[in-house]
Amino acid sequence: MLELGKENFEDEVLNSDGVVLVDFWSDNCDLCLDLMPDVEVLAEEYGDDIKFAKLNIKGNRRLAIGQKVLGLPSIVLYEDGEKVEHLSGDELEVEDIREAIEARV
Amino acid sequence: MSNTYDLIVIGGGPAGMSSAIYGSRSRLNTLVLESKRKTGGQPSTYHDMENYPGVPETTAPELMDNFREHAEKFNTEFERGEVVDLEVNGLEKIVKTKKGTEYKAKSVVLATGAEPRKLGIEGEEELKGKGVSYCATCDADIFEGLDVVVVGNGNSAVEESIYLTKFVENLTMIVIHDEGVMDAEKILQEKAMENDTIDFVWNSVVEEIKGEGMVEKAVVKNIKTGEKQELDCHGVFFFVGRVPNTDFLKGTIELTENGYIKTNDEMETNQPGVYAVGDVRNKVVRQVITAAGDGATAAVMAQGYIEEEDYWQNNVLKSDNSVLVAFWSVTDQESMDMISELESMGIEDNDYRFVKIDTYKNRLISNRYDIEEIPTIVKLVDGEVTEKLVEPSTKEIESIL
Ligand SMILES: Cc1cc2nc3c(=O)[nH]c(=O)nc-3n(C[C@H](O)[C@H](O)[C@H](O)COP(=O)(O)OP(=O)(O)OC[C@H]3O[C@@H](n4cnc5c(N)ncnc54)[C@H](O)[C@@H]3O)c2cc1C
Repeated sequence: MLELGKENFEDEVLNSDGVVLVDFWSDNCDLCLDLMPDVEVLAEEYGDDIKFAKLNIKGNRRLAIGQKVLGLPSIVLYEDGEKVEHLSGDELEVEDIREAIEARV
Repeated sequence: MSNTYDLIVIGGGPAGMSSAIYGSRSRLNTLVLESKRKTGGQPSTYHDMENYPGVPETTAPELMDNFREHAEKFNTEFERGEVVDLEVNGLEKIVKTKKGTEYKAKSVVLATGAEPRKLGIEGEEELKGKGVSYCATCDADIFEGLDVVVVGNGNSAVEESIYLTKFVENLTMIVIHDEGVMDAEKILQEKAMENDTIDFVWNSVVEEIKGEGMVEKAVVKNIKTGEKQELDCHGVFFFVGRVPNTDFLKGTIELTENGYIKTNDEMETNQPGVYAVGDVRNKVVRQVITAAGDGATAAVMAQGYIEEEDYWQNNVLKSDNSVLVAFWSVTDQESMDMISELESMGIEDNDYRFVKIDTYKNRLISNRYDIEEIPTIVKLVDGEVTEKLVEPSTKEIESIL
């Protein structure tokens, strides 16, 4: 999965054609760390159709808040640079993410 | 069948995992079913753990990882699954998960704990995960340098507020009580009062959360004056108590008005062989150590239950011969005399099976056959009661042989 930061977020997500999935996470968020391997599996499965990326919100909080991400884990889907889906909360399951992806490929 | 166990524990928090440690260590074939991705229950969602005896330096998630490792050491199996149904047919208990998988066990421990209460105010559901949070450790990083509001004033609210002050700029606790009054224990209150990052708004409740796609304001109302103010903030944390996870048990297991499971001191529910432990049961002190204690008690009780039931099934209900059961107790001399008399009568030589039940130890069977006085003798043929003699004479006993 592509590592995002301030320097490349605009290019890789907002100015990118097609569907981009961004996994917002942080080191203190156990749930994020637990979910990550499952997202990586999805990345292998759907990597040809969708760009998978992750953003550590440490040092990138302003960016995260700009994207209205105020809860972890947050999985946000963008289509042609537009935010089209935002999944978050402690009950977030990999099945929910798969469903959201399936709806767009 | 591989889905059959001696003991199934529903819920992988501290109470459930303690039951599993005790159960599997006494060689019960034990399964823990946990609905969440990660075991550990509530402690996997907060950080500090300062009062678990014998472990002075740890964090809550770390302690839970150790519980899991400990259970696995004794071969407890763990599976992911949200239990949606429990059926009790005597010794056979059937547990069903949301995905439709069925498991069978002789005994079941209910350890489903409690989940955060939602207030149901405007904006709460819409902005969940977008600034509205029930888990400080999950979201603390996001709020670094930002302002947050905490609703609640019990132990959890205060502990989590103190944790959050390591990250946030300003934290405002909304307390429903008069100035200086909180539900949290004194030592926590003092810590909160001394903390410069924490402000208090007394006599107040949060009425609404406002924001476009993310939290921007909390509307706070003073319940004495009716006055309202809007606090600018990026996060609103709710710690306003918890509700037990018992919806799937309604109709099968006896619950209190508030949905907690009724148990006695032995963790027994109204269903023989089904126990309840930890936060989900009706009790006063809800902590990790008390959850662990409950778990141990239930596993030991379950083990006794399974032994008694197995013995009863194999030696009485499935016996080819007629069975004479003598109910006795060491505290009752008359019943002891009867036992020695029966033993001298050579009952087993007459193609009878002779079984003794200590009514003090084995209340389960005694209650099932409504034994109110001892000595009592019950005769069973093909598992059915054909005679019941209360305080019988030798003649009466002879007459039923
Ligand atoms: C913020 C906070 C701070 C706390 N601090 C402390 C502290 O410092 N010290 C202390 O001793 N205690 C503390 N506590 C209390 C302590 O965490 C609880 O008393 C304890 O976790 C209760 O354990 P439990 O196993 O009964 O329930 P829980 O921890 O609630 O675990 C229940 C488990 O069952 C699972 N489950 C629920 N329903 C189902 C189902 N249908 N099927 C399958 N699985 C299911 C849940 O996902 C969960 O994992 C704190 C609690 C909170 C919220």
